[in-house]
Amino acid sequence: MNRLLPFIGFMLLVGLFGFGIWWNTRHDPNAIPTPLLNKPAPAFNLPKLYEPAQTVSKADLLGKPYLLNVFASWCIECGVEHPVLTAEGPSLGVALVGYNYKDAPADAKNWLARHGNPYGLLIADEPGQTAIDFGVYGAPESFLIDAKGVIRYKHIGPLTPDVVAKELKPAIAAMLKEAP
Amino acid sequence: MTPELGQLALILALLLALAQSILPLIGAWRGNRALMAVARPAAAGQAVFVAMAFGILAWAFLRFDFSVQYVADNSNLALPWYYRIAAVWGAHEGSLLLWILILNVWTVALVAFSQKLPEVFASRVIAVMGLIAVGFLAFIIFTSNPFGRLLPMPGDGADLNPVLQDPGMTFHPPMLYMGYVGFSVAFAFSIAALLGGELEQAWVRWARPWTNIAWAFLTCGIVAGSWWAYAELGWGGWWFWDPVENASFMPWLVGAALIHAQAVTEKRGSLRAWTILLSIFAFSLSLLGTFLVRSGVLTSVHAFASDPRRGIFILAFLTIVVGGSLLLYALRAPRVLGGKPFKVVSRETVLLIGNLMFAVAAAMVLLGTLFPLIGDALNLGRISVGPPYFGFLFPLLMAPVVLLLPFGPFLRWGKGEAPVLKSLLLRVVIAALACAIVAAFLVDGNLKAIVGVAAAVWITVGVLLYAYKRWREMPRGRRYPAEMAGMLLAHLGVGVFVAGVLLSESLSVTRDVRMAPGESQHIGSYEFRFDGVHRANGPNWKADQGVVTVIRDGRELTVMHPQKRTYLRGQVQTESAVDAGVTRDLYVALGEPMDAGNVEGAWALRLYYKPFVRWIWAGGLLMMLGGLVCAADKRFRLKRGAGAEAGAIASLRVQENHA
Repeated sequence: MNRLLPFIGFMLLVGLFGFGIWWNTRHDPNAIPTPLLNKPAPAFNLPKLYEPAQTVSKADLLGKPYLLNVFASWCIECGVEHPVLTAEGPSLGVALVGYNYKDAPADAKNWLARHGNPYGLLIADEPGQTAIDFGVYGAPESFLIDAKGVIRYKHIGPLTPDVVAKELKPAIAAMLKEAP
Repeated sequence: MTPELGQLALILALLLALAQSILPLIGAWRGNRALMAVARPAAAGQAVFVAMAFGILAWAFLRFDFSVQYVADNSNLALPWYYRIAAVWGAHEGSLLLWILILNVWTVALVAFSQKLPEVFASRVIAVMGLIAVGFLAFIIFTSNPFGRLLPMPGDGADLNPVLQDPGMTFHPPMLYMGYVGFSVAFAFSIAALLGGELEQAWVRWARPWTNIAWAFLTCGIVAGSWWAYAELGWGGWWFWDPVENASFMPWLVGAALIHAQAVTEKRGSLRAWTILLSIFAFSLSLLGTFLVRSGVLTSVHAFASDPRRGIFILAFLTIVVGGSLLLYALRAPRVLGGKPFKVVSRETVLLIGNLMFAVAAAMVLLGTLFPLIGDALNLGRISVGPPYFGFLFPLLMAPVVLLLPFGPFLRWGKGEAPVLKSLLLRVVIAALACAIVAAFLVDGNLKAIVGVAAAVWITVGVLLYAYKRWREMPRGRRYPAEMAGMLLAHLGVGVFVAGVLLSESLSVTRDVRMAPGESQHIGSYEFRFDGVHRANGPNWKADQGVVTVIRDGRELTVMHPQKRTYLRGQVQTESAVDAGVTRDLYVALGEPMDAGNVEGAWALRLYYKPFVRWIWAGGLLMMLGGLVCAADKRFRLKRGAGAEAGAIASLRVQENHA
């Protein structure tokens, strides 16, 4: 019996580790709660990427929900996300607004020409000032904004098929159910 | 195409590892020599393919092959070539490949040097090494492929974690892994002994240098990591009781115990079960270290991106390896028991007490490290224990070790004489007291510093007295065989380390100051003059570089250049400036500019005066050196044949009588 003690002790440890793995899949220890969640999106007024003379403000977009997707041509992960957006975008049920972040307009246009343009509307934030109001860490990030201009969901990093299916689509469904 | 070859090489390595582990085990069980003979060539073949995979990944880094996801994530065009090599092990997938490569290095060495072991035993040992390789190769192939492609291929990659862009950090992981993985030899050895149901002292003698070398590498890795934390993090600290630091420290503690337990088992045949258990623990804790860093169970500055799938895989692997070996231990350990009895006053007793202290300390560190997890499990909320817990318990547990250290070598095996101890006790007490009293005047009665001096003198005088005794009593040429010299060096290292820790902890001076160019600050007799900040550029970073001139007695002593670097991708990294010295370090870290727009204006600076801090690492390096010197002893080279064996035992007797 005495010689079994190390084994028993170790099995207790295994139980603890198994618990730890399970716990951390449900509680992200690094999750940074966004203070903007369920708060009105910050006001913005940004030029369109293809027609810089025209600007788009938050007020212009009120009335219909949309997914604001922060991207840049220099961002590697955005290349990972792009095919997902292209494939899933039409079936989301909300408009897709591209937010071109800290990017030279020519680079952004080239990038979109090469990879395709899934966005219904494209706005450009070349100096990256407005992004600070949104609390953007880097590209890609996505904000789901409802018809009243309230941020309903936020995702940092690329939208993968998994994230779209498990997080984004349920968030959209919940939002649409609430305000038909 | 080449990266796919790398993947293919890993798969072939896995198949060979399966052959290396399963066939010889069956062979050893059935007494089939042909199956046992598979072990060595399969191990060699596995090593070739693993080296190939590693080479292919390194080549992809050198050629900027950003179509490989791992390369694109961890390097860019501006990264110098030496850091591109280091980037191979800069993140999870590649560091795992390094782990496997090092496992193969150890296995090949084992294959080469185990020719004289009995074939059944040797093939079991190699087979166990193969089993470990199977687990890790499956892990890398199924969950962490370093050769995954990234399409479309980006024009430039991201960056190697700037934390790793430092010479000290480049060598930290390989050294640490050499230690971690090295304990697999002692582990494989113990499992083979349990499987076979017999443990010969000659085999333990053969296993000892492997443990020593692994422990020495681990020591070196920990010293490098500690040195890096000191030089880079900008807080002047050298140990933080961070979960991942602890993960490397636990196998070190158990390894230190194992080295001593193996000595007892080899020379006296006793403590066999304990030796076996310790070698299982040492390697299990190494695996645990790998697990904690990669599973996302604990969060730490060191942690790799975590993925629950990986966590579950490692946990399953850990359960099979550690659970299986502990179960095997429970079932088979009684078979290998034996050895000579010993009295209370004997070298065995002292070593056993030291051993228990090391084991308890490792358990204490484990408990502290897992505390946040236990807190979650018992729903106590987010809790963690920090330096106060470790800082209180660890010295408490190590105090008996320090106190007993001088006596161990003086005591005979089996039965020691009390009078020898009394005269020794008298001498070391007098020496320690005398030095403590002198020190008390120099350090203004700082108790911790006095204790530090006393403890260091206690150990050092004890070691030197024993060295003197050998000099007086042994004939020339027999006084300091490598094993003896290594022991003396490592024990001296403990003394130097203790002095360094306690003196630097108690006498350091820290100043957080705001300084405008031209202003000065005084610490003791040193004057630090801030001469402003200018821009400096490196291959892939820009920095604000401060200029601090240190003046003593009106003479300019040195000019220091602390930096605040911004790497290509915007990560900020502090580079402290250190002026090293035997009795003190001067240390300057650049904080933030007081007015963000005006780099030329005043800055926040941290100035440190750290006496004897270098002794900490010097002590660590002495311990490492001791481990290596010890391993070089000719006695450990196995001779075949009964005659040679009898000779070895005879020479052992001579040593016992004099030791």
